Amino acid sequence: MSQRGVILYLCMAALLVLVGFGQSWNVSLTILNLCLISAVMALGVNIQWGYAGLFNVGIMGFAALGGVAAVLVSEPPVIGAWSVGGVGIGLTFLALVATVAAVIIVRRQVTGRLRNISAFAVAIVGFFVIRSVFDPAVDAIEDFDPARTGYLGGLGLPILLAWIVGGVFAASAAWLVGKVALGLRADYLAIATLGISEIILAIMKNEDWLTRGVKNVSGLRRPVPIEIELQQTEWFLDLAQRFGADPITFSSIFVKLCYAILFSIVLVILMWFAERALNAPWGRMMRAIRDNRDAAEAMGKNVTARHLQTFILGSAVVGVAGAMLTTLEGQFTPGQYNPLRFTFLIWVMVIVGGSGNNWGAVLGGFLIWFLWVEAEPAGILLMNTLTAGLAEGNVVREHLLDAAPHMRLFLMGLILLLVLRFSPRGLIPERTN
Amino acid sequence: MIEFLNALVLFSNFVLVPALAYGSQLALGALGVTLVFGILRFANFAHGDLMAFGTMMTILVTWWLQAAGIGIDPLPTALLALPFGIAAAILISLFFDRAVFAFYRKRRSAAIVVVMASIGVMFMLNGIVRFVIGPDDQRFADGARFIISARDFKTMTGLDEGLTIRLPVLITVIVAVVVVAALFWFLQKTRTGKAMRAYSDNEDLALLSGISPERVVAVTWIIAASLATIAGVLYGLDKSFKPFTYFQLLLPIFAAAIVGGIGQPVGAIVGGFVIAFSEVMVTYAYKRVLEYLSFEPSGLVQLLSTEYKFAVSFVILVIVLLIRPTGIFKGRVLQ
Repeated sequence: MSQRGVILYLCMAALLVLVGFGQSWNVSLTILNLCLISAVMALGVNIQWGYAGLFNVGIMGFAALGGVAAVLVSEPPVIGAWSVGGVGIGLTFLALVATVAAVIIVRRQVTGRLRNISAFAVAIVGFFVIRSVFDPAVDAIEDFDPARTGYLGGLGLPILLAWIVGGVFAASAAWLVGKVALGLRADYLAIATLGISEIILAIMKNEDWLTRGVKNVSGLRRPVPIEIELQQTEWFLDLAQRFGADPITFSSIFVKLCYAILFSIVLVILMWFAERALNAPWGRMMRAIRDNRDAAEAMGKNVTARHLQTFILGSAVVGVAGAMLTTLEGQFTPGQYNPLRFTFLIWVMVIVGGSGNNWGAVLGGFLIWFLWVEAEPAGILLMNTLTAGLAEGNVVREHLLDAAPHMRLFLMGLILLLVLRFSPRGLIPERTN
Repeated sequence: MIEFLNALVLFSNFVLVPALAYGSQLALGALGVTLVFGILRFANFAHGDLMAFGTMMTILVTWWLQAAGIGIDPLPTALLALPFGIAAAILISLFFDRAVFAFYRKRRSAAIVVVMASIGVMFMLNGIVRFVIGPDDQRFADGARFIISARDFKTMTGLDEGLTIRLPVLITVIVAVVVVAALFWFLQKTRTGKAMRAYSDNEDLALLSGISPERVVAVTWIIAASLATIAGVLYGLDKSFKPFTYFQLLLPIFAAAIVGGIGQPVGAIVGGFVIAFSEVMVTYAYKRVLEYLSFEPSGLVQLLSTEYKFAVSFVILVIVLLIRPTGIFKGRVLQ
């Protein structure tokens, strides 16, 4: 990393410390944790955009898949729901596989004009067969104790495992999406991935039997101690006393620190792999493909396969980050996923940080998340100052104060446009060798 | 026979009429996207928020007019305010073109960079709209509500099912027809329209023939902003105005433009209706229609639940991209 990079990272750390002293260490650590998760997401996007020039605007979908993994891995299985609907879901799965196989066979065997029509007809028949076994099973599962469960539950395994599973889920989805969409021109790819992420979210919101949908799954298991239990343990109280801190505040700080350490470990591991890959022959090949696709193809590089590979790798990283986020929040709420926050904001991070440079993307993740959070109090402060002359309860003043938090969207747009225009290579530009 | 008519009326009431209105709104939106794509050659992600901006300005003027007691009852006041909204949308579009897009156009930057810049504009417009009017639902439709209410229809025809036609729906369809006719006349008959089509076909050749690119670009933004505002106001009159919903409308609008063949105005209109009709038809429960036709279905006969509305448009989009990437009306060939 260049000297400039080191300085920028130090500034970032100073900002977080400043918040620690100025607001509180709790706030500072909350921001830090989400900064770390954002940095992992930005790293994933940088693998796709910076290494291969793939414009993926479906990040939200992959992050949400990671979130689903947290639920499916860590929640205890709902035995009752399995016994009423398990068979139906199993049959549905078989019917789905059979339909896909039938469509593929028909497309292989039938030639000429009838090919697409007959494949379509088979798919329609398959759809109704699937629905006939699926619908009763879903009704049975969703009627099983709907206030508390109403879904199949998970595997009851430690939630840390979900971080890996989340990556696998996102990677599998990326394989499917990549197979379909990677042949498209850049802006078509963007639109297609945007749509696919909306489809993924629509499924999560509506397939209650799998994810409880908008009823949310809360109270997920945690990889770190629970604050209330900490406050009753001997060694912790001793520790708090040694620091001279109030045990309640200190327990919350302690838990956040535990998360921060876990997230940092993930970030460091991923960063190590990403940097190794970038500096290996593989990384050079990827840059060659990105910079001149035709030349790379003429040199015998399989561009399509490499694009698919990077698309899968990048999406897997985003999936890991999504699982981490759900773990941190302790609940899975499909309704919270919004493309502005989960897709386009991550893009701002990558562009501002420096596309093509992992250190840049990670820094962008930290900086933009910090600004996103701190823009709110700053906006309110600004509005308070601006409207200081107006009387308390003045309509304009009230409106401006209410609306101040929305200025952060405006700010993000402005930052993105300014960086694109005046410093398109970002804060820490890609190294050219 | 009566049974058949009842089924038909039921179908019209819940599928045909809503889809017709929604299709007109999508078509107007998609026309804007397709024109920007044809002339400026990038997919404008800020279009949904431009719609929101124009609609917001219209709503503000509507409120002001309502407060001043000016109206055109039984028509909604928003129609009177519409020109102001259009003017505001045009101004802000031209501003963003000057401040943002002109730079990349001069440099002939890759389309992807311009798309990213449009994402920046999207954020800014979204922020402005939420800042000014807030993120909540706003209803601004006034004037008469129904042309024909279900009860009137029933007493008129003696059928069991009623057909409701709301005023906003009728306005939507009429305005859409007029606007589209005017647009096609403009593109086909006027000098500027011809220049725009020439520029879209072959930029360099158009420049050689002395067509002023800045003028063409400016006219394109003026038309796109007008169409966006009209589409947004019609959608808001028909349903309601909420900034996030307008941002989400971007998806079906893109789908409509691409399905129809991007860069092709006719395609945008056809695409709008294809998307609207598929969304409504796939998510409608046909149970009662089939009962009138003397079938006895056991379930609701609903292919997908209504929450999958947006997903439907995207499935169609993906299928079209895979099978016929140029869209129905052979749009710009993209590899």
